[in-house]
Amino acid sequence: MKLLIKNGQVVDPANNLNAVLDILVQDGKIVKVGKNLKNNVDSTIDATDKIVMPGIVDMHVHLREPGREDKETVASGTNAALKGGITSVLAMPNTHPAIDNKDSIQLLNNIIKKTSHTNVFVCGAITKERKGRELSDITLLKQEGALAISDDGNSVDNAQLFLEALKIAKKENILVICHCEDVSLSAKGVVNLGITSTRMGLRGISRESEYTRVARDIELAERTNTQIHIAHVSCRESVEIIASAKKRGIKVTCETAPHYFTLSEEAIWGYDANLKINPPLRGKDDAEVIKQGLKSDVIDVIASDHAPHTENEKDIEFDRAEFGAIGLETELAVCVTELIHKGVLDWPGLVQKLCLNPSKILRINKGALGEGCDADITIVSPNQEWLVERNIFVSKSKNSMFLGKTLKGIVDYTILKDKVAYQKTPERKNSNEVSCKSRVGKAC
Amino acid sequence: MQKTLVRIAHEIIERNKNAEDMVIVGIMNRGAHLAKRLANAIEQIEGVSVPVGNLDITLYRDDLSMISEQPVVQKTDLMFDITGKKVILVDDVLYTGRTVRAALTELIDFGRPQFIQLCVLIDRGFRELPIRADFVGKNIPTSQKESIEVHLEECDGVDEVVIMEHDDG
Amino acid sequence: MAEWKRKHLLGLEELSREEIEFILDNTSSFKEVLTREVKKVPTLRGKTVVNLFYEPSTRTRVSFEVAAKRLSADVINIAAETSSVRKGETLFDTGRNIEALKADIIVVRHSASGAAAMLSHHVNISVVNAGDGWHEHPTQALLDIFTLKEKFGRIEGLEVSIVGDIAHSRVARSNIWGLSKLGAKVTVCAPKLLIPPEIEQMGVSSITDNIDVALVNADAVNVLRMQFERDEANMFPEQLEYFKKFGITQERLEKAKKKIVIMHPGPINRGIEISSEVADGTQSVILDQVTNGIAVRMAVLFLVAQGAKRKK
Repeated sequence: MKLLIKNGQVVDPANNLNAVLDILVQDGKIVKVGKNLKNNVDSTIDATDKIVMPGIVDMHVHLREPGREDKETVASGTNAALKGGITSVLAMPNTHPAIDNKDSIQLLNNIIKKTSHTNVFVCGAITKERKGRELSDITLLKQEGALAISDDGNSVDNAQLFLEALKIAKKENILVICHCEDVSLSAKGVVNLGITSTRMGLRGISRESEYTRVARDIELAERTNTQIHIAHVSCRESVEIIASAKKRGIKVTCETAPHYFTLSEEAIWGYDANLKINPPLRGKDDAEVIKQGLKSDVIDVIASDHAPHTENEKDIEFDRAEFGAIGLETELAVCVTELIHKGVLDWPGLVQKLCLNPSKILRINKGALGEGCDADITIVSPNQEWLVERNIFVSKSKNSMFLGKTLKGIVDYTILKDKVAYQKTPERKNSNEVSCKSRVGKAC
Repeated sequence: MQKTLVRIAHEIIERNKNAEDMVIVGIMNRGAHLAKRLANAIEQIEGVSVPVGNLDITLYRDDLSMISEQPVVQKTDLMFDITGKKVILVDDVLYTGRTVRAALTELIDFGRPQFIQLCVLIDRGFRELPIRADFVGKNIPTSQKESIEVHLEECDGVDEVVIMEHDDG
Repeated sequence: MAEWKRKHLLGLEELSREEIEFILDNTSSFKEVLTREVKKVPTLRGKTVVNLFYEPSTRTRVSFEVAAKRLSADVINIAAETSSVRKGETLFDTGRNIEALKADIIVVRHSASGAAAMLSHHVNISVVNAGDGWHEHPTQALLDIFTLKEKFGRIEGLEVSIVGDIAHSRVARSNIWGLSKLGAKVTVCAPKLLIPPEIEQMGVSSITDNIDVALVNADAVNVLRMQFERDEANMFPEQLEYFKKFGITQERLEKAKKKIVIMHPGPINRGIEISSEVADGTQSVILDQVTNGIAVRMAVLFLVAQGAKRKK
């Protein structure tokens, strides 16, 4: 299959490209990038006035399968990913069963093989059932294809155990992703500790519970020289600690999620449980520091932390509601609205955070548009506005933090290998049916 | 206006033979001021001090959903027992009769008067209930497109009756 | 001239100064009804008020019930322990069921902060917050403020201290909102662990853990119940220890500059947060608070019923 993408603004920081160019795709690979390409092709996409970027690599996604298929499945989640311009996801292991042994990882790999619509990479659990008591068989998880390990949702409280895990990870050359939270300090909290918890009459999650754990995990990783990646950074102190660790040459990378630089704690004062997340929304200052952290490259990656939940688990008393929000379908648009249009990052900078850096950190061959690369390509209309409503979501769950908001930037096409895996349907009033020409096949 | 009130005061005394066992109750706001003035007039004539009270009828209205401005509930002030008394109920303008109906219901919650006689400064017609005044200052026929306001020195700075026309009725 | 347009009363946080004063102005008139021979007005005749209480409460529930009945409304009491709630029905489903019964006002008390606000998003009828978790108890604060206004003639410039478990107190929060909006100077006093972080941002003028400091310039003190039945028990000093350090006693009051007006939301723990002598003494307005509570709740029910009609 030959496909020509004409006249788009090709943004490929891996190859220092940011210019209007054509891309020729054949047999699942990018064969040529250049000006005025002419070729007899099977189809052409006119990308005039559009951004042509590598498919997004989202390294923090909860697909919920196996175990909570009511919230999301590999199939529905990857469909949602395509709509958001995402072509590769890293699936988090907090499923039921957790991805902590041979059976569960093989089960997940089979599900992915049979039903996924994008590339799906697997993250295994550090400890059995993520309980933090006994290590998983990390060697085996690596052999079965896991690219990383994490107890995400939990931190490994026992420093000794975590140190053991870091040693093994170093030996096996597998990435460790850290959910940084000291539960003795977050104390059953549900919102940011401070004026928010005070005026709302709720238990608060302190900033210390995050940044003290960030410091600990970095310190232990330094001892073992293991590559670690700090997940969902939310507050100023965490950014500062990571910045100084990087200066000292420690092998640490980190990510933030779109909500941490877009929203702040005032948004939650109306008790909307869709905004209830862990780590919680912090202050306006923290959002600014996160933006600066992205600009200065202290923060390497933007990842969605897509966390689907059913209505029964969200539309209940605030204390009892689950933590987490979906994010695959809004991630890019929030970044465009908050970072591109507000001049925090330019397109090459954003593509680094969404595509190139995650690929480098996971050591996969994605996130670039060079000749010979896999044809995972996303085409975006950067100025098109759209309203976030419940009924437009492809994901099984609708717990988005951006409901009712108008965002700028919409994905027109998502190309996976050489097929147009997702194409935005033309504007129709009150209807946002998505035609996902899904491609059932093996992830790369 | 004062002449009218004095004339009404005479009528009240005449109709009732005297001012014994009489109490005057004004419907807030302007009825309350008028009630005071009437009581003073009666005192001048008969030498008898007649107790005066006021009623706020907001909590007894049947039309709370239809009015546009927010009514502020004010304090009803009936410091005496009305059972067995001759109650003169006073209001500035008699129109549909609904205000008086509410006042009657409220009064009865306070006791069982000997009788209630209604006294109004202006009767403009357009009754919606079978209510009639016993003592009227002046009959002023109006159209429904007009509205009548009584202004009193005590609260408006001047004694006057104003008729206004508005186009949306 | 103030106007009341709301069909819910969820808290004092979102009310303007004018709205609060409007409620208080109406309250005096309703108090007068309570002095009559026939303590009833037909204002809410034919309306149904449902008391939906998920936490046990006698005083507040009875107070709302009396208030509703004085307005000629019909009252239904639902105590959550005994109802379908036990069978797992959600708060919002219960609310919708009550709405389907054509009730007009739900008075809700719940242990989850934010419950009243969330309920108001799920039903179209009026919701009055009778206490949600640690968040707000607006009618309590309104009656506290009304009582102060009766005593002092104003709220502006008054120095009011709130003593007790501030962190877990919805009475404290509502009072802080209401008093600060009306121009009072609010001091909170509690053991350090029971003062929530950044409370100055709510309008509190001073924070102290020294009871004498809290009393020295105070015009009035609102003494909160020490809630030993709550599960944050390890944060609390021993009961006797608490009385020694924070108890309101006659000796303490003598040390203060002014003759302090004593308030308490009830029920009183004699000998723990307040001595019997003070609770029953001449400076106490605790029983006035109870009477005023009825008047305030009559005003609130009246106003939200109005607000609901206007929204239609």
